[in-house]
Amino acid sequence: MNSATRPIVKFRSRGFDLPSFVFSGLTGLATFLIIAILLIILGNVIYIGGSSLSWRFVTGGTQSDMFDVNKAGILPMIIGTTARVLLMTLFVMPIGVITALYLTEYAPATSRLTRIIRGAINNLASVPSIVFGLFGLGFFINFLGRNVDGLFNGADTIWGKPALIWASLTLAVMTLPVVVVATEESLRAIPQGLREASLALGATKLQTILQIVLPQALPGILTGAILAISRAAGEVAPILFTGAAYYMAELPHSLSDQFMDLGYHVFILSTQSPDIEKTRPILYATVLVLLLLTIALNIVAILVRARMRKTLRMLQ
Amino acid sequence: MNLKNIIQTTALGLLLAVPMPSALAGSITAKGSDTMVILAQKWAEVYMGKTPGTKIQVTGGGSGTGFAALQNRTTDLANASRKIKSAEIAECIKSFGKRPTEYKVALDGLSIYVSAENTIQELDLEQLEKIFTGKIKNWKAVGGPDAPITVYSRENSSGTYEFFKEHVLKGADFAASAQTMPGTAALLQAVAKDKNGIGYGGAAYGAGAKHLKVKATPESPAIEPTEETVVGAKYPIWRYLYIYVNPAIDKGETAAYINWLRSDEGQKLVKEIGYYPLPETLRNK
Amino acid sequence: MGLKRGHRANPFEWIVERAIFLIATSAILMVFLIFLFVAREALPVFLGQTNSSLVQEVLPVAKMDTLSPAELQKYLGLTPKQFRELDRDAIQALMEVKLEGASELTKDKDAAVNTTQWRYMLLPHQWSDYDHPVFIWQPVSQIHKYNIIPLAIGSLKLTLVALLFSVPIALGAAIYVSQLAGNRARELLKPAIELLAGIPSVVLGFFSLIVLASFFQNLLGYQVRLNSFVAGIALGLAVIPVVFSIAEDALSSVPRSYTQAALALGSSRWQTAWQIVLPAALPGVFAAVVLGFGRAIGETMVVLMASGNASIVSWNIFDSTRSVTATIAAELAETVFGGHHYRILFMLGTLLFAVTFLSNLAANRIIRGLKSKMEGKR
Repeated sequence: MNSATRPIVKFRSRGFDLPSFVFSGLTGLATFLIIAILLIILGNVIYIGGSSLSWRFVTGGTQSDMFDVNKAGILPMIIGTTARVLLMTLFVMPIGVITALYLTEYAPATSRLTRIIRGAINNLASVPSIVFGLFGLGFFINFLGRNVDGLFNGADTIWGKPALIWASLTLAVMTLPVVVVATEESLRAIPQGLREASLALGATKLQTILQIVLPQALPGILTGAILAISRAAGEVAPILFTGAAYYMAELPHSLSDQFMDLGYHVFILSTQSPDIEKTRPILYATVLVLLLLTIALNIVAILVRARMRKTLRMLQ
Repeated sequence: MNLKNIIQTTALGLLLAVPMPSALAGSITAKGSDTMVILAQKWAEVYMGKTPGTKIQVTGGGSGTGFAALQNRTTDLANASRKIKSAEIAECIKSFGKRPTEYKVALDGLSIYVSAENTIQELDLEQLEKIFTGKIKNWKAVGGPDAPITVYSRENSSGTYEFFKEHVLKGADFAASAQTMPGTAALLQAVAKDKNGIGYGGAAYGAGAKHLKVKATPESPAIEPTEETVVGAKYPIWRYLYIYVNPAIDKGETAAYINWLRSDEGQKLVKEIGYYPLPETLRNK
Repeated sequence: MGLKRGHRANPFEWIVERAIFLIATSAILMVFLIFLFVAREALPVFLGQTNSSLVQEVLPVAKMDTLSPAELQKYLGLTPKQFRELDRDAIQALMEVKLEGASELTKDKDAAVNTTQWRYMLLPHQWSDYDHPVFIWQPVSQIHKYNIIPLAIGSLKLTLVALLFSVPIALGAAIYVSQLAGNRARELLKPAIELLAGIPSVVLGFFSLIVLASFFQNLLGYQVRLNSFVAGIALGLAVIPVVFSIAEDALSSVPRSYTQAALALGSSRWQTAWQIVLPAALPGVFAAVVLGFGRAIGETMVVLMASGNASIVSWNIFDSTRSVTATIAAELAETVFGGHHYRILFMLGTLLFAVTFLSNLAANRIIRGLKSKMEGKR
């Protein structure tokens, strides 16, 4: 906890101290600058995007022309992005939570293997997103998909091409560290006494984990899920080659279909539109929807976490 | 160690157990050039309205992606803004034993864009070649003000890039300092805001920038890119847009669809989207 | 952590425990698979098995009847299975296509060069159209030019700009939030700064392309609108939250006894922060910068949209530049799958993975060392 590093007694009032003033001023300015940049970006998008955001835009499709300011809608993109992050959650949550359980409840703290697992998770967190894209193409599509096709579908290519499921799996690998770290944090925060009491009453270790530890850790697990979703929802690079489509006339109706995506649509609108000045309103509105999604999720995660810490402090 | 792998394979197995309606009767898929996505979509929409029961699915991804899908037999039609390459034909033959059939479906003129502030009105092909390869670096050399030229080009993944390189630069490399834009829109915006900029792109695009007149040789007349000059092949920088199809499936509905695209009715839509219709001699009656 | 295992564990529990263990190792498996499968696609490049040479032996179509089946299959580059399945017409068509391909060839003197060799990818070469040796990345060209130096320089230049911009700001903020701000301000500021990480990189790219680029061009009046400066600043915005949160962690983990002792000896708050806390946390701060570097060099969308993507060798920050990541993102979809361009892009991905892997390893080593040191002194 950080309050530890701050002096408890304040025993100096020597009047004006220039170095102190400059130092606090500069560091304070840096802090202010970051907040200001954040507000400028949000303000710019909300101000311009807000005026062109409408119900029709959010619930409309792209039947006629996705660059037509008066007709285009982004419902297919919203659905595509939602589908891929939900599917991803399905894959990443069990593995992430179990990994965190192992690390906190079972793993010998000092063993070499534990260290390697931690290292791997850390590492996964720092792999560039475009490399995840290459991985998705090289592993899921070219290896897994092609081989499955070869086994079951003969000459037809169903899985050996970009698809919703491959994009979701790629993102699941990418967000694994997010889930592990958040879950681990909440598991560690549970007082050891609770576990000991449960074991002393005769519960087995598994029972203790399932009935005592996990319910307590639920807010932390939820935070992990939310953070993973918000991270994945905005990512474009990993899905460029694994599933995102430039344009599709229909919604995806199977896991082997491609999908349109909010983030990719932002890229398309800002670089490929036939007339960038004319399509600016829908560009801004799309950015606003994407930002609302990711920032709102982040804020929810922050609030859940703050609340969790508060109850924790009370417990201790 | 391979548990995850096993889980995934099992999950996939389960998914496969569900029958996939991948090739419905009366369904045509078209994939390829991003340049043609909007056009292909327009065609599909009007055609589906006209002949209920036919379903047409359009996706982009780029001309190369379209050819790859044609080879893998994941698409029926490959939309392309460039001609197919011999290596790609070879792959098709390896996959389905025949050359894909080529159909010309529209014309596209490539405009040279400069900023509206630029005083230059016309350039000839040789000057263009020198500007885009970096041999001419100052507007003064082509009769403009004394200012450096900023060259804007497209990403090398675009059909437009390849076409321009082959036909205007005669195969030579673009100047290394040429900025490559991921799309025509980004390029146009850059040129519109840069008074020393020059770029190229579809003649149908181009709000905000000036389209130069182009001369085939220094002596020939300067031609503005319009429908008349492009379709009449007077304007020197133009290309066909193509559809490629596996001859084995070029029958029934698919053939009827391609026929319709090349009819007067289909060609009318080409104009609406902003490309140029095929000359009368190439159309289907 | 956790409790000691083993009291009366029944077989079921034992199985579950094993399963949990196996799943927990999947992170290791994933890192391994990522490396394996990205490198696998790039392997022929590393082994020197790719060949981009355009000159190949071509035979007249009539020759197909005189060649033995094995020779024919090798000449056409077919697998045995394909060869069995293709009929005579198809073989003949392949022979024709091969001839056509040869006739499309340029008479360029470099046509025979295999440009996927390392010396062409790393050293300057005087190509036929150029008047001096150059580093050049022109993969879609009659002669495929795959020199990766311009891309490497581009990535490094962008990363440098991003770090120069973001590190001082992020560190300043980390010092302010961890040492100088009040408790309440701290609890508001920390999540607010970390919210910056919640902005997707495609949005940062959009913002720099549409807003920042024009703003800085009007302000500074440089010629090229999209350049490494604009992209670097936008990249910096993505790096700030990374550097901030790790540096803040490191600064906060300095034991209170340090600060108390310094303050008791009469030093002021800023002296304590600058001369005691910062040096003590220096390895952590360094690790933060290293991780920031990894984030910056691997970022794709911001760079793709805002850097102008010209593949030139130049250290001028107001020139536009092309990074490794943007190159992969922009070019991969259009390459012939399995061709040399495709493989070289995967090779770039492998290098990128190696760089971030190593920088991550270094940073974690430093952080671990710092942690054990601090915990020992608490």
